[in-house]
Amino acid sequence: MSVLRPLDKLPGLNTATVLLVGADDALLQQLADSMLKTDCASELRVHLARSLPLPSNVNRPRVDLLVFVINLHSKYSLQSVEKSLHHVDASFFLGKACFLATGAGRENLCSVHRNTVVRLAHTYRSPVLFCDLEVEGSRAAMAQRLARMLQISAGHVPGVSAMSLLSLLRSSESPSLEDL
Amino acid sequence: MDETIAEFIRRTILKIPMSEMMTVLEAWNFLSESQLQTLNLRQRKDSLAQSVVLLCEEKCASLSDAALLDIVCEDLDLFDIEQFKSSFKKILQRALRNVTVSFRDAEENAVWIRIAWGTQYTKPNQYKPTYVVYYSHTPYAFTSSSRLKSNIPLLGQALTVASKHHQIVKMDLRSRYLDSLKAIVFKQYNQNFEIHNPTAPLQERSVGLDINTDSRIIHENAVEKDKVQRITQETFGDYPQPRLEFAQYKFWKAAMLTTTPQTPTQSLQFHNRFLETKFKSDLNGGILADREEPLRCLIKFSSPHLLEALKSLAPAGIADAPLSPLLTCIPSRGMNYFKIRDK
Repeated sequence: MSVLRPLDKLPGLNTATVLLVGADDALLQQLADSMLKTDCASELRVHLARSLPLPSNVNRPRVDLLVFVINLHSKYSLQSVEKSLHHVDASFFLGKACFLATGAGRENLCSVHRNTVVRLAHTYRSPVLFCDLEVEGSRAAMAQRLARMLQISAGHVPGVSAMSLLSLLRSSESPSLEDL
Repeated sequence: MDETIAEFIRRTILKIPMSEMMTVLEAWNFLSESQLQTLNLRQRKDSLAQSVVLLCEEKCASLSDAALLDIVCEDLDLFDIEQFKSSFKKILQRALRNVTVSFRDAEENAVWIRIAWGTQYTKPNQYKPTYVVYYSHTPYAFTSSSRLKSNIPLLGQALTVASKHHQIVKMDLRSRYLDSLKAIVFKQYNQNFEIHNPTAPLQERSVGLDINTDSRIIHENAVEKDKVQRITQETFGDYPQPRLEFAQYKFWKAAMLTTTPQTPTQSLQFHNRFLETKFKSDLNGGILADREEPLRCLIKFSSPHLLEALKSLAPAGIADAPLSPLLTCIPSRGMNYFKIRDK
């Protein structure tokens, strides 16, 4: 049973690891590069995967933050993430997982409605972030935000835990989300 | 005349097809006009060969004359082209009094033909010509799309008769790039350019060792990526793909559907492996209710370079590898317009 669990390994010293899961290789690579360029006190590690489960024979560090990247231009991207979600332990969704939807700006290319992703994130009680990974500025800003979330999830920020961040983010959601 | 020369000439004559006999003998320019006129082309080839040998003996043919006959036979194709051209032009001119036909010889035994169409009563329209490229060593011709559709059967007939074939078949293969059409039809697209660059395959495989990649980035699915690359390479090869802009699939679903009041939606699934298409209709059924004619669906893919785009789908993470054979069979089957009946 190759399910990804958040607390099955010991943490590394001052290291924070994020796992980006998404079918679109080029976008993941760009996001990873942007994240590593951010000014971060912790040592960042970025793992990229097309889908879960991960190959089991590899020695890898504990995953502190799980980001599911969905390209709204590709239904395949959404399907790939939906399949991967089955291989994630439920405790990840207590603040250590989030969804990232890219490409909403170019509506004529979108084959996945943004509400689909919003509903998916709502089902998993996790935040959803929107950006355009193909645009440098948007990507850099998102990278910084993710780096900060990663630090919190890894426990490197005193006084803020992943769970408290989750509840902070949740309160900013509009009430109409419950109707979805 | 030597026995061996006589035999050689006899055998050479036997190799010539009857339809070309006169052309070859005239081109040979050894037998005189009067001599050629005495030949009866309606007799059997053996007897004709004997008559020719007798005529050659009258003129004391030498070995070099016989060798020249041999060369003329090899050069048969040159005369084929001229005959083709005149025959083609005659057929069109007989059918439509007003038609302009021009030829240009190109490399690789290609004949470029330009046809400006008129009718019995109107002059040819020089602004809407049809272009045809005929490769005389092959049974293939390429034509530009003609806006004057009524002339296409005549064009086909002229090509068939002039090139001495029995029938003409229209291939479901269209593109704006003649070179790509040629590559597909003559099966020349899968030729690998031999570039000796031993470092190239290493760079593709060693994903983590790329100097541009930060060592803090780890690719978890390297094995899977390699598999996708391998499958893509097996399907599409290493070579540049021929250039097409469209692939079109016409589907017919012949099954009859009945609506039940409880289920307002009907779902039709065409070729599950290819595209899942769902048709929803309202409570009364709409176009799907109690349908007698088959349901038709047209799917068109367009791209500046369709095959390269398809090749990049799986590596880019937009589709699963291997792709549907309906997409990958395009160059090997030589068609990009498909009609599929779904039973």
